[in-house]
Amino acid sequence: MRDTHRLMGFISRGFKGRRRDTASSSRLPPGQYLVNDFPVLSAGPTPRANLDQWTFSIEGEIDEPKRWTWKELLALPSDTVTKDIHCVTKWSKFDTTWKGVSVATLLEGVETGAEYVTVFCDGGYTTNLPLEDIMDGKAWVAYEFDGQPLHPEHGGPARLLVPHLYFWKSAKWVRGIRLENEQHPGFWESNGYHLYGDPWREQRYWGD
Amino acid sequence: MQTSEMKLDGNAIAGLLGEIFAVEMTSAQGTCASCGAVNEVGRVDVYIHAPGTVVRCPDCEQVLMRIVRGRGRYWLDLTGVRCLELAED
Repeated sequence: MRDTHRLMGFISRGFKGRRRDTASSSRLPPGQYLVNDFPVLSAGPTPRANLDQWTFSIEGEIDEPKRWTWKELLALPSDTVTKDIHCVTKWSKFDTTWKGVSVATLLEGVETGAEYVTVFCDGGYTTNLPLEDIMDGKAWVAYEFDGQPLHPEHGGPARLLVPHLYFWKSAKWVRGIRLENEQHPGFWESNGYHLYGDPWREQRYWGD
Repeated sequence: MQTSEMKLDGNAIAGLLGEIFAVEMTSAQGTCASCGAVNEVGRVDVYIHAPGTVVRCPDCEQVLMRIVRGRGRYWLDLTGVRCLELAED
């Protein structure tokens, strides 16, 4: 068994693995490994949204809070983007394709002095981000994955997508964004996980 | 005894905490800070497929505990548990 493994490893490295390994390692942040499936992580029961009553809100440090119904959200201009995603539990998945509304579109015309946001969700989950990390085409409210409506176990009807940060920031079952003057640590950020969560700097835990 | 002499530092409870956190915890009774339900720790709802372990009240689904382990440390949030009742060993 041991010899077989060694032999297979040798063959794979020698004849066909090298180029692909190099290409993927440059796309793989430190400490991560590549998966082809899409693991489901969940900190609680999966909420089942009633789309007739579903809304997405922008509130907090804003003169006139904004709110969209599900139909209104779908009517907004959308993007289809293909991104690599990186979970803090160490799996990464390349070339995931999402459709959704850019947060920049939702924030159009919003005047705020806020520098931070708390993203809030059905089920009570929250996560914190600097406002600039969800501006300028860096984040989306995604409602399709791989051409299909986003499944509830992956955060449907809609989740935040912030692919440049660890995936716990891409909050499932998202319902809105609260603009804030100060940073308020979210569900995981208040209990050991890093406030910012850059996978390329391996900011997993407090003190990283 | 003067009041100032009544205030000790945390080292004074080292023995007490050592006794409490050494006991078998799954038979402890936890009171949910949100709804007040009392449940045995061994019977609460636990989610482990997440960045940390999330413990929820089986009656109201609110978070009782969050436990994160990493970098050789534990982070333990018990704000959702109003009271833990434990039997002495």
